[in-house]
Amino acid sequence: MGKSPAEARDGASSGSFLRASRCAGVLLLCVVSLAGCAKGILQPEGPVGGADSKILLDAVGIMSAIVVPTIVALVVIAWWFRASNTRARYQPDFVYSGRLEIIVWAIPILVIMFLGGLTWIGAHELDPYVPIQSSAKDPPLDVQVISLDWKWLFIYPQQRVASVNELVIPARTPVHFYLTSASVMNQFFVPQLGSMIATMNGMQTQLFLQADHRGDYYGVSAQFSGDGFSGMHFIVHAVAPADFQHWVAATRQNGPVLDRNGYFDLLRDSCDVRPFTYRSADPSLFAAVVRRQLPPSSGPSVGRAGPGVRAVGCG
Amino acid sequence: MSEVEALRHTRSPALDPYKLGHGAGGGRHDYATGHGEGGPASKRVIVGYGFWLFLLSDIVLFSCLFAAHAVLQTATAGGPTGPQLFDPRSVALETACLLTSSFTCGLSAVAAGARNRLWTEVFLFATGVFGLSFLLLEAHDFAGMVARGASPQTSAFWSSFFAVVGCHGCHVTAGLLWLGTMMAQVFFKGFRPSIMRRLVCFNLFWHMLDIIWVALFTIVYLIGEGR
Amino acid sequence: MSAEPARACVPWAAADMLGKLTWNAIPFDQPIPLAAGSLVFLVLIAVIAWVIIRGHLPYLWHEWITSVDHKRIGVMYTILGLVMLLRGFVDAIMMRSQQAFAFHAGGYLPPEHYDQVFSAHGTIMIFFAAMPLMIGLMNFAVPLQLGVRDVAFPTFNSTSFWLTATGALLVNLSLVVGEFSRAMWLPYPPLSELRYSPGVGVDYYLWALQISGVGTLLTGINFVTTILKIRAPGMSYLRMPIFCWTALATNLLIIAAFPVLTATLGMLLLDRYVGFHFFTNSAGGNMMMFVNLIWAWGHPEVYILVLPAFGIFSEVISTFSGKPLFGYRSMVAATMFICLVSFLVWLHHFFTMGAGGNVNAVFGIATAIIAVGTGVKIYNWMFTMYGGRIRFTTPMLWALAFVLTFTLGGMTGVLLSVPPADFQLHNSMFLVAHFHNVIIAGVLFGAFAGITYWFPKAFGFRLHEGWGKAAVVLTVAGFYTTFVPLYALGLLGMTRRLQSYDVAAWRPWVIAAGAGIIVFCGALACQVMQLVASIRQRESLRDLTGDPWNGRSLEWSTASPPPAFNYAVLPNVEGEEPYWQIKRRAIETQQLAAEPDYKPIEMPRNSPTGFITAFFCTVTGFALIWHIWWMVGLGLLGAYVVFVWFAWRDRDEEVIPAEEVARVDRARRRVRAQWLAHNAREEWLAVHGQRETA
Repeated sequence: MGKSPAEARDGASSGSFLRASRCAGVLLLCVVSLAGCAKGILQPEGPVGGADSKILLDAVGIMSAIVVPTIVALVVIAWWFRASNTRARYQPDFVYSGRLEIIVWAIPILVIMFLGGLTWIGAHELDPYVPIQSSAKDPPLDVQVISLDWKWLFIYPQQRVASVNELVIPARTPVHFYLTSASVMNQFFVPQLGSMIATMNGMQTQLFLQADHRGDYYGVSAQFSGDGFSGMHFIVHAVAPADFQHWVAATRQNGPVLDRNGYFDLLRDSCDVRPFTYRSADPSLFAAVVRRQLPPSSGPSVGRAGPGVRAVGCG
Repeated sequence: MSEVEALRHTRSPALDPYKLGHGAGGGRHDYATGHGEGGPASKRVIVGYGFWLFLLSDIVLFSCLFAAHAVLQTATAGGPTGPQLFDPRSVALETACLLTSSFTCGLSAVAAGARNRLWTEVFLFATGVFGLSFLLLEAHDFAGMVARGASPQTSAFWSSFFAVVGCHGCHVTAGLLWLGTMMAQVFFKGFRPSIMRRLVCFNLFWHMLDIIWVALFTIVYLIGEGR
Repeated sequence: MSAEPARACVPWAAADMLGKLTWNAIPFDQPIPLAAGSLVFLVLIAVIAWVIIRGHLPYLWHEWITSVDHKRIGVMYTILGLVMLLRGFVDAIMMRSQQAFAFHAGGYLPPEHYDQVFSAHGTIMIFFAAMPLMIGLMNFAVPLQLGVRDVAFPTFNSTSFWLTATGALLVNLSLVVGEFSRAMWLPYPPLSELRYSPGVGVDYYLWALQISGVGTLLTGINFVTTILKIRAPGMSYLRMPIFCWTALATNLLIIAAFPVLTATLGMLLLDRYVGFHFFTNSAGGNMMMFVNLIWAWGHPEVYILVLPAFGIFSEVISTFSGKPLFGYRSMVAATMFICLVSFLVWLHHFFTMGAGGNVNAVFGIATAIIAVGTGVKIYNWMFTMYGGRIRFTTPMLWALAFVLTFTLGGMTGVLLSVPPADFQLHNSMFLVAHFHNVIIAGVLFGAFAGITYWFPKAFGFRLHEGWGKAAVVLTVAGFYTTFVPLYALGLLGMTRRLQSYDVAAWRPWVIAAGAGIIVFCGALACQVMQLVASIRQRESLRDLTGDPWNGRSLEWSTASPPPAFNYAVLPNVEGEEPYWQIKRRAIETQQLAAEPDYKPIEMPRNSPTGFITAFFCTVTGFALIWHIWWMVGLGLLGAYVVFVWFAWRDRDEEVIPAEEVARVDRARRRVRAQWLAHNAREEWLAVHGQRETA
């Protein structure tokens, strides 16, 4: 814990305070997670994840500046005024003080005002719909995401290929995701790349992400979606742009075709699906799902009540 | 009352013997019951107050259904829309029935206040008749809509329509059952304090149904028609 | 757009007498629920058999089941809450152990069972453990603190309790007959729609909540009327004990929020039963509406639970610091502030649905603003302790554990209200850790503090201090060992509700959290031992004066346990801490106040209405779940008959004669006089001597 509020007020600029508080936040969270080596949201690999976790640590730092002294004061006061301590002065009439009340209300209000500013800026700058300011000359790569029971379908409309439970993207290039769901709600989330976003039937959400380095990143669904939910994870391969082109070319060579029939095959419930790719994909599919022109997935088998109802292909 | 008087005199002159540093213990210093200084309120006040709270909660319930209807206003999924099937004349007739029933309900309260058993029963009966006609008209309306291809299963818009209007209809039905028991109670037991309290509650309930209907008429039918 | 298949079961099409109910509903193929369920029901039957054979049934029937006494109802609520807490805890053990075994493996619970377990855990803990505990304590303490004889509507109070019990019964019935919901504790559609949850689980959930929800709404109406309209003479608003203020805020929230729950679940029921399209994936249904509506109830619900706990902590901290509550009016303001703002923040439960920067920012800031009210409370508790003489009894230890732990939970809560942070932590184990941090530290510690604090008032003897303190220490230790790893897991990207996982980095933390549950088991053992030891040593723990803690509010002025009518004459309130003044005056003058003029007291008669209503609701609910339509009709008819029968009865009050009142109160005065003569002055001087000499 680096800074007390007094020191913070004396700080030359809010920037230095933020940096200090961020250090405090990092310290606190590291104590919590010992997360130095493990890959989580505090080891971001992209600009969105980096900004998200920076705000997270800033907020922790700002609050620690007030919460930690409060906790310490609570412990000290409770211990000092124990009944057996004869040195403590008993003041049963100390029940109201206007000056203290002002301070008592002011401290949380000031912290919240400060934090409110952070919230306002963060909510706008990091709105998932806002494109990433990138130095890359290439336009963002479009990827259409459909969550199914229980796997992820990624369609590359420009490349006209598709993949399941495996997302290959070029590093250092923004990726523009369009997302929807063919059945129940899910949340698309790659912890190391940044923000998550919901996928919902009949609606389209958008998200911009970017991987700064080549590597494999773990992706999950963050919204419980039924019996096969635990298996609904995927791998993001961030590769060099040239390698991405190679992957597209290779993918076009073999694999099934994602047309309406292929989609209906995929729509059936299945769990723990191994990643595979489609050599060609119908780019109009996504819009048809969003507009509910294609039927939603059918859910588990019908009819039996009680424990007899089981998910198809799971459990 | 004498207790309250006694209290007034026995109160210590210093308002707050254990002075807490901020005034005299505050609040209003009137001696009416139910306001603190005067002790518990009378049973009539308590029952009425509780029933008002119930009505408020019921209005919250309706407001959710209204909100749902507003959200699903355009979700007709290619099926029929409201204005295509609404029958303004029938709705106007329903409104007239319900408003009249509210008026006769008020008259029954006046009669009960005058302790006139015959006229209380007559006006309660009239309330019931108008309420029942309202329900029958509404059921007829519903049947017509279903026949013309607009059932609750047709689209989200019709789901919300049938839910909000139907919920009001269920309330009227429950009100009619209550009305029957109230008439029986007045008939067999007369104007006891407990029955007077229940009559007040019933009146409040019936008028609230009216208010809900006015909102319903405006939001579902008038505004819906205008779309 | 394809037509929705005609799945909705139409009432008149049901041919079978028992609807969907067949032998298939009993999970003969699943040993765990079958064994657990059978055990519970065997124990239940054994208890009932014991009660009947020993001839306790008439006593139970007359003194408890049909009782409309707010104290008895409060005790029954609390017992229900504790039993359900145990049930929910068993679910927690299963979840933690399943995850501990489920690295690259299936664990021992298949998904269709694990999903029921976590859905049941959330549902039971919120609706049937936390709510009954808080409502139970309010029931017991609020009328006593207000200095009156009962709540506004005693028979409704009994009905509320039995309806809540009905809900709990239905949820537990699903263990052996059919299944429970697999669609989370808040059944988000479309997952909870018939298409994706065709079993009866969601129906169990919905009807249990609808029935108990009516009970809760009645409680809300009852208590707001009580607090606003029935108080002892002289008790103006700003003289009410702070617990009454928090109870008022909670019950106002209940009145405003629970109808939203009823309406929302009602729409889902219409979808499932009659094929409506409110939230379906077809015909224009809109699941976002469900999410908005359910959280419009759900967020106030959080404060419904935690506000009374704040009140309990305020009472406890003030009593055991030997000081009035610091900044009482500020506390009242903060309470009402929280009450109001809690309705303006619901959207923070779904920042990740892409509402846009402005909306997210507004709701994020509104959420953070609530923390102002809580922060004010924390500082006021701190200043209450400042200058006090703190006695570290068990309730006070719960309160201290609360303040320290809850502050942390509040901080992570404000963190989650910052949208970009939430974009990474939403639905993660971090979120799970956060709300357990506030609910366990707030509501559960509050309930335990309240139970230990008011136990002597309810039963006439104190709880054993040693075991109580051990329970506090182990609970706090268990809390940190379980939930700090969950915070860490959230930062590592682990989402909630995973039946199995294959990320190696998560494993040590999952196992650590599992170890925490073992510590919790130790805490539970201490709680049980505390009860056993207290009952065995009840003579030495006996509270004769009615004032075991040197209390400050009115409930301590009457006997322990209080007579049915609470107060022989309604106390005359002259300040913020009425009993403290009475006590002070008695000690200074060395005599009790003059004996009052005893008058006969009218009390409401006991009534089986609540129990019978709940019986018919159970029948109706069960029949609705299994589509047994004739039984539905029968249940509704029964309910209507009970209503008419209740309306028809002529005598709903009975009179306690003045002699009886005088006899009871004189006995109390004798003990008081003895206490005054022997110990009071010395005790008083020992604690307060400094002040007199200063």
